[in-house]
Amino acid sequence: MFEDTSEAQGLRVIRAGVHSTIQDLGRYGYAGHGLSQGGPMDLQAHCWVNRLLNNIASDATIEITVGMASFRAECDLVLALGGADLQAELDSELIGNWRSFVIKRGQTLKLQPARKGLRAYLGIKGGVQTESMMGSCSTVVRNGLGSAIVDGDLLSAASHHAHIDAHVPPRYLPSYPETITLRVIESYQARNFSPQALKVFYQSEYELSADSNRMGARLEGESIDSPNEGIISEGIALGSIQVPSDGQPIVLLNDRQTLGGYPKLGVVARVDLPQLGQARPGTKVRFSPIALSQARREWCQFCDYFSGV
Amino acid sequence: MKQLDVKWAVVNETSLMFYMAEDLDVEQAALIGHWAALIKSEYAEVCEVTPSYTSILVQLDSPHVELEGFANGIVETIQSGAIVGSDHGKLIELPVYYHSDVAPDLEAVACASGLTIAEVVEIHTGRDYTVCAIGFAPGFAFLADVDPRIALPRHASPRAFVASGSVGIAGRQTAVYPADSPGGWQLIGRCPVPLYCPGEDPASPFEIGDKVRFVSIELEEYTERGGHV
Repeated sequence: MFEDTSEAQGLRVIRAGVHSTIQDLGRYGYAGHGLSQGGPMDLQAHCWVNRLLNNIASDATIEITVGMASFRAECDLVLALGGADLQAELDSELIGNWRSFVIKRGQTLKLQPARKGLRAYLGIKGGVQTESMMGSCSTVVRNGLGSAIVDGDLLSAASHHAHIDAHVPPRYLPSYPETITLRVIESYQARNFSPQALKVFYQSEYELSADSNRMGARLEGESIDSPNEGIISEGIALGSIQVPSDGQPIVLLNDRQTLGGYPKLGVVARVDLPQLGQARPGTKVRFSPIALSQARREWCQFCDYFSGV
Repeated sequence: MKQLDVKWAVVNETSLMFYMAEDLDVEQAALIGHWAALIKSEYAEVCEVTPSYTSILVQLDSPHVELEGFANGIVETIQSGAIVGSDHGKLIELPVYYHSDVAPDLEAVACASGLTIAEVVEIHTGRDYTVCAIGFAPGFAFLADVDPRIALPRHASPRAFVASGSVGIAGRQTAVYPADSPGGWQLIGRCPVPLYCPGEDPASPFEIGDKVRFVSIELEEYTERGGHV
């Protein structure tokens, strides 16, 4: 007897939620053609979810912004959830966050709106199986590569039954506070900013604007005196802080444009970016300087811990 | 033939910026394109290279690579072999239908320049342009230098919608919009050839340092090649 292979394998999207996309570690090697890298806005939560499943860090997860999504298993699967707590219910039973669990064929996973944090990551053992385009499964809507998932989509995945019940140790759990502090590696045009401008930058409290998205986090607060001379457009690293002439800083994120001509006073430390990926509009944002050597040490630790990042 | 004076700076944990020149110069584009391609292909540690008018941003895959040694190695490579003819880069011919039906600013550009529409077309198609940067959107190539006679500034306020294929002028630069988008350039024609095909490799025909020549076509050829009015 042959197994019936015509049946759908994976997770059926019943409600896609506000904005849910598939993300792996991002698309590299195409910035020269103007393509954004994409990738998870909260790399740490993405990596934890894959680790809970014994996946590799580059396996694709579903980034669920705000929440209000539900899924039905078309076959037995092992899933994991992390990031913003969406009060996940498996067939109406609360199951908790930052953990892996088995979902049986026909069972429903229901996610509420996030109460703290902004983005949850849903992982599937073996990874979400989706077409890789130009070396990555990451959806970058503005580049025409993939689109947000919609009701009725099938997220293909291989069936798994093995019960694994792994949790993220509590000491590692982020708290998503109302005020976050991002550490900044001063670089790019930092020296062209006046000492007074840098003082304003480090001593002020900014508020995350509702206008923020996967391209960039717009901040509102005391105006930073930006150096007058425009610069020749140059490549923008993930987390770059640009200061347009209105003095309101913008932190450029995963779906950022590849080139920019506004002065930049530095780059947010990689290990601090997940905090911004989880910040809701209205979150207070402060900045402090960090030495390059310290930032590199912490980034090395992160990469070594989640090897393959 | 030129020697580049390369300076480098650390940008973040794993990224370095190489500044190849201080001022804009169309002649540098071919060299920058050449070195960007070389860095991408020859150094396994590099996962992303973003060249622009005067600089190349290089991102390393591993957080463990010692940045100073790596940067000096690249500078040495560039400076020891930095002699490349200015003929580097391929020539891309792009057909353009220059007509007010598809180009809302064509008449105004002619008027403001004191030229006829035919003269604007002749001037725009009369020289080869160099790809100096690619950005803003995938496949959007900034081309220079536009003849000063038709080098009109961009609109004070950008249009909410510019159709895919629109050929625009902004100062000494010209470009083709590879997809529908907002935009503030002076629109003088429309190119029927797709310039960004997501998922295909290459997704876009342009590399920094390439030359682009615009060729004027009639309505019939424009529609035959997939253009819409």
